[in-house]
Amino acid sequence: MPLPLLKEVAIMLEFSQQLINGLSLGAIYALIALGYTMVYGIILLINFAHGDIMMVGAFVGFYSITLLGSNIVAAMIFAMIACAILGVVIEKIAYRPLRNSTRIAALITAIGMSLFLEYATIFLLGPQQKVFPQSAFPLQQYEIMGLLITNKDIFIIVSAVVLMIILQFIIKQTKTGKAMRAVSVDREAAVLMGISVDKTISITFAIGSALAAAAGVMIGVYYNTVNPLMGIIPGLKAFVAAVLGGIGLIPGAMVGGFVLGILETFVSGYGSSLYRDAVAFGVLILILLIKPTGLLGKNTGEKV
Amino acid sequence: MKRRSGRKLAMLVMMTFVLSILAGCGGGGSETQDEQINVGINVELSGGVASYGTNSKDGMMLAIEQINAAGGVLGKQLNPIIKDCKSLPDEAMSVSANLVGEGIVAQLGPLTSGNVQGSTSVMMDNGIPLVAPAATAVNVTVDEKTGDIMDYIFRVCFIDPFQGTLMAEFASTNLEAKNAAIYMDASSDYGKGLAKYFKETFEANGGTIVTEEGFVKGDRDFKATLTKIKGHNPDFIYIPGYYEEAAPLIKQAREMGITAPIGGTDGWDSSDMVAVATAENLNNTYFTNHYSSQDTDPQIVAFVEAYKAKYNGKDPDSFAALGYDAVQLLVQAINDANSTEPEAITAALATIKDFQGITGKMTIDEQHNPVKAGVIIEFKDGGQVMKARIQP
Repeated sequence: MPLPLLKEVAIMLEFSQQLINGLSLGAIYALIALGYTMVYGIILLINFAHGDIMMVGAFVGFYSITLLGSNIVAAMIFAMIACAILGVVIEKIAYRPLRNSTRIAALITAIGMSLFLEYATIFLLGPQQKVFPQSAFPLQQYEIMGLLITNKDIFIIVSAVVLMIILQFIIKQTKTGKAMRAVSVDREAAVLMGISVDKTISITFAIGSALAAAAGVMIGVYYNTVNPLMGIIPGLKAFVAAVLGGIGLIPGAMVGGFVLGILETFVSGYGSSLYRDAVAFGVLILILLIKPTGLLGKNTGEKV
Repeated sequence: MKRRSGRKLAMLVMMTFVLSILAGCGGGGSETQDEQINVGINVELSGGVASYGTNSKDGMMLAIEQINAAGGVLGKQLNPIIKDCKSLPDEAMSVSANLVGEGIVAQLGPLTSGNVQGSTSVMMDNGIPLVAPAATAVNVTVDEKTGDIMDYIFRVCFIDPFQGTLMAEFASTNLEAKNAAIYMDASSDYGKGLAKYFKETFEANGGTIVTEEGFVKGDRDFKATLTKIKGHNPDFIYIPGYYEEAAPLIKQAREMGITAPIGGTDGWDSSDMVAVATAENLNNTYFTNHYSSQDTDPQIVAFVEAYKAKYNGKDPDSFAALGYDAVQLLVQAINDANSTEPEAITAALATIKDFQGITGKMTIDEQHNPVKAGVIIEFKDGGQVMKARIQP
């Protein structure tokens, strides 16, 4: 810093810097939360394996960069396709057979699937973390009015926003999106309207998993490492974000993700970093006590 | 009928359950100890601190090979039984139980203080000594609440009060830092203990600690707290913790424009540090360690050469050296006791004097800790350079 800053300017700068940190973190949580919320909206299942699908996406991105030498965008697309397929396969073999069983059975299966993905990866690829080579995403820093923004921050925020816009388009403007909305409102009526429920659910899983894969690649690039257990904590936090915004609502997941990211960053930055996780999960408890339908949720009673 | 077949199935499942539990219980009676001495090696070969365990095991195996080639101990060959505790204290406990079942006379490892504490109850219950190569937290050998010594737990490394003080002295004296920030691993006694000792000495030397922050094991995002630390503009930042978190932390700190010197602890000693944080970001960082492979002491030079010859030119880090010393210390104790009975070995370990290890000359004190020197290592362009060696 060439000149000593006025205290007020320094405080403003630190605040803006923390805001950028929070937005990047929030973007990642939002992308993962979208997958949770879409699946919950359509089959009322909390897919605990979702964080691990994100991890698989990160690994696919890692190997496509290191083995195939692709650039970051190609790696992301590749990971998204791979995880879309993975999501559809998981739905077909693990969740579809239980569609008419109790919800607890599907929940337990989801937990089991999560553990399976984690330990299968450990078994196949080893438990050690893998490091991205430096050349994969060379760091570029931009200083704008004293704020330090890196190309990674820009990439993450921009990609997340683009993906969310594409998602909103699909949901609102396409027939598939209409089918997804119909199935989430009333599954039996949708069948009567001639909608293929199986196909719609598969597409939902595919889209949700693709978004998680994108988040996974972003995390891998951002923190430079991938490891088989990397999906657990972000998965949990994204679940909190989805509930915070309103589980089952797509805008809710986006809002919840960004709110949680910014909240965590500000707690670390202005409070104590030791309380960061306590606050994140405390928020979950609070929202369930005060407004269980989430920030954007409406209090609709059970439809009889 | 649904009910009847349901009951039969339940019976079958119960029987299978009970039988498999019984089968598991019986396993591994003591091997005959006439021909060989069973030494348990319970180390972290996978998980967050896998590089410590792997390198330490390599050092231990080198020592065992050398000793066996020279005729073994008391005429018997050492038989190492190696198991992975996955960097988890619960796993360390079950591995120890397993090893005790296989008739070990002593256990070497695990490496981190937390994981050694996982093993401790098993060792104490069975009267088998444990030599920890690198566990530095005080409460590994002493119960902090009662002040009782853990009878069967010993170590060959220095302890954290010494380590934290060492870095504080270096920061205030050599680096002339007036204020420092601490960003510790708050999820381990190791990190918290070191932060405490650093703070005590740094403040005693007239410095101020501008802020104390913490991260937990598994964290990868430190930017929010680093932004806060940057705002305080400290002369020095102390990061007591393990390489899994320290490496991305330093990388993010440097990328954020924090240029102050950063200090750390023996937990930083891993090739993963350079791989994840990158050589450039590690310039102007220092850490306290047990030894340096570039030391010109002839004993160390001989060790480094033998290690490189056995392991394809790999440079031995401090965990390898401490593993080597742990074996040598155990062998010394067996020779002093002239017995392979665990009780006798334990008694001999407690009274070892002037044992010349490659990591220094050690005399085991009343708290089962060796009194020995430490070194300060600087990272220069991705390589480790010994900056200073300091006697207690």
